[in-house]
Amino acid sequence: MGQILDFTLLFLLLVTAVATARVRDLFAAVMLSGIYGLVSASFFVTMDAVDVAFTEAAVGAGVFPLLLLAVLAMVGRYEKTAYRRPWAALILVTITGAMLVNGTLDMPAFGSADSPAQQHVAQRYIEESPEEIGIPNMVTSVLASYRGYDTLGEVVVIFTAAIGVLALLPSLGGGVRRKRESDGMGDHQVLRIVSKILMPVILLFALYVQFHGEYGPGGGFQAGVIFAAGIILYTMLFGLDTAQAVIKPSVLRVLAATGVLLYGGVGLLSFLSGANFLDYSALAEDPVSGQHIGIILIELGVGITVAAAIILIFFAFSEAAGENGEET
Amino acid sequence: MLSHLPILQVIIPLLAAPACLLLDRGRIAWAFSCAVAIVSLAISLSLLHQVSGAGPLSYELGGWDAPWGIEYRIDLLSAYVLLVVNGVATLVLVAARSSVAAEIDEAKQPLFYVLYMLCLAGLLGIIATGDIFNVFVFLEISSLATYALIALGRDRRALWAAYQYLIVGTIGATFILVGIGFLYSLTGTLNMADLAQRLPALAESASVYAAFAFLVVGVCLKLALFPLHLWLPNAYAYAPSIVTAFLAATATKVAVYLLLRFHFSVFGASFTDPVLPLEGIFLVLGIAGVFVASIVAIFEDNIKRLFAYSSVAQIGYMVIGMGIGSATGVQATLLHLFNHALMKGALFLALAAVVYRLGGANFSHIRGLGRTMPLTMAAIVVAGLSLVGVPGTVGFITKWYLVMAAINGSHWLLVPAILLGSLLALVYVWRIVEAAYFSEPVAGTETCREAPLGLLLAMWLLVIANVYFGLDTRLPVAASDGAVRLLMGGAG
Repeated sequence: MGQILDFTLLFLLLVTAVATARVRDLFAAVMLSGIYGLVSASFFVTMDAVDVAFTEAAVGAGVFPLLLLAVLAMVGRYEKTAYRRPWAALILVTITGAMLVNGTLDMPAFGSADSPAQQHVAQRYIEESPEEIGIPNMVTSVLASYRGYDTLGEVVVIFTAAIGVLALLPSLGGGVRRKRESDGMGDHQVLRIVSKILMPVILLFALYVQFHGEYGPGGGFQAGVIFAAGIILYTMLFGLDTAQAVIKPSVLRVLAATGVLLYGGVGLLSFLSGANFLDYSALAEDPVSGQHIGIILIELGVGITVAAAIILIFFAFSEAAGENGEET
Repeated sequence: MLSHLPILQVIIPLLAAPACLLLDRGRIAWAFSCAVAIVSLAISLSLLHQVSGAGPLSYELGGWDAPWGIEYRIDLLSAYVLLVVNGVATLVLVAARSSVAAEIDEAKQPLFYVLYMLCLAGLLGIIATGDIFNVFVFLEISSLATYALIALGRDRRALWAAYQYLIVGTIGATFILVGIGFLYSLTGTLNMADLAQRLPALAESASVYAAFAFLVVGVCLKLALFPLHLWLPNAYAYAPSIVTAFLAATATKVAVYLLLRFHFSVFGASFTDPVLPLEGIFLVLGIAGVFVASIVAIFEDNIKRLFAYSSVAQIGYMVIGMGIGSATGVQATLLHLFNHALMKGALFLALAAVVYRLGGANFSHIRGLGRTMPLTMAAIVVAGLSLVGVPGTVGFITKWYLVMAAINGSHWLLVPAILLGSLLALVYVWRIVEAAYFSEPVAGTETCREAPLGLLLAMWLLVIANVYFGLDTRLPVAASDGAVRLLMGGAG
């Protein structure tokens, strides 16, 4: 049963990927990429990787297509160049794929309990983390503490993406902007009412995911993305100007930086008691409560930067779409 | 605080980036970044000093023992490359103010410095870490920052060049990630030292070969090894001048470092794929890269592109050293890593000055420039001679070691190939000399003044370093010698 489900999902992934590459309507391609995200998330669930599934659902099926839609508002729905069949690329990709398959031949069997990946480093995480870190969600233990430095790096990656977008697109909220006439979709009554009911729930759920990450699936990444999705929904309904009046881009910039600084600051705090960077055990008398405090603080940093970065990117795209976009 | 130096080396620029975002004005952001870069350079000097005295340093992040936590591991090789990257990054940044003010919008300047810090922190993180997944994370930071920095170029083609690099770079990063995934599934660990212990037992496995192949191809895409170099010339030509100087002197060097690290420290010097021996491939691609790229460079009209192609050729020399595979060969690679950073840093800073005064760097711009910008042109000439490999410059040292390695390894055909490569370099450097000193200036450029002081200072420091380290080779030779012994499994 499990295998049939796996094969079905993987087959769906393949079909979606091929369809995304082949379809000429960019709007359809974006929708397909959202479906791809949802199917991958389902696949991760069948592999019991719920935290990863959660992230993939929020990013791959949620925010990623939204950002691409904002890009389409800028560049239009159809490709401007004629379609060529890139045979050379196809051959190259096939060879690479064949090599990948060949490489898997000597890999440990899928899901085998005595594969090295289960036996070596992971064993300590499973056996010791309840005592060492004291939280039920081992994924959070690994992400936030054992490999917390990687997570700091990932947050900086998102921060870098936001800075890159800000550097390349027209300045946000800078100078006098022409007032948009019919910005947003506030005139659609059904949309407006449904969204108004949904929005507080989305934001509340984001906070739940943020603070419940130690006990169940979730954490700062997912929470930040969900929070940003709530704000993006608001922006799409009531227009960029209204949204920017609620949350100023300059504030978002500060927030994006603050999250990273908070994360790094927690790491530096460990120095005060002579411990190494990001050693949360040094944050309190009792090492386990130190780990708790550290994880809550850095997850907060993650959430703040992720939410601020994604909202900033969406604002920047919408702003650019409003300036050079085609009338839709 | 001294025991924290390995991590401070990376997190100071890493956290300086968000802090820099809070600074409003370009000038303040620049001053702040300069201060950070100087601190970072001082740390790398101290690290090199510590490591050459007391052997490799290990730093456990989060206080978790490796392989459960992430380990920073600074040995002579990493300390040496850290110093190269920091040294050039600092000098380029000090020189950056006027050029950035001219090429980047006032409002975007703080963001430029934020991206510069991020890129620097990413590169330093790749070098300092002893964990292969951590390599990937910091590779992403530096890559994303690099794409954005390139796209900031004034020419619209910068966007297209950055996009091309983004696609190629992402493929490279994905390949590296696939390789890391294979290694993790086979060994259950991400720590480099731990991997090195566990991999020999798994040799002969198709999955290990696949991991090796994906890692090598992924890194070679970032390295711009011929024929995977197609992204590089446009990226270097259209990026802001300061970015070109920074990237040309650092980014490909870090890729060389990664290649050495994966090849020797993770897989082990004795690891070879029986079907596709890496040494042979590197020799062929290296020589092809030297010739093809040098010949293209000879016919380039845009001098930034000319030196970009020259970079592809110089990467060829570094790869030839690895292809020879002997200790002297790898030492030649490491020496060229240092030497090429000095040459290209000086050359691209000089070109930044030319672009600053004349708005472009084509042959038509530099006609007669030997009279109007004598110091800048002299810098190009000296650094160019170093590129050719004239005795008394660092370029000669590389060629010397490379030829020695070729002779010791009985690769007789390599010797004329290396000499011929130098002649090709002489041709394109001579074209510039001819235009600058033996042609009349174009109307309107007679009144052009010498470069701004910051640019001139940094460029000439690098030029002097080209000559100094060509005469007194103790520092790079001692460091690279120790690093090679470490890599090849001798006494560290």
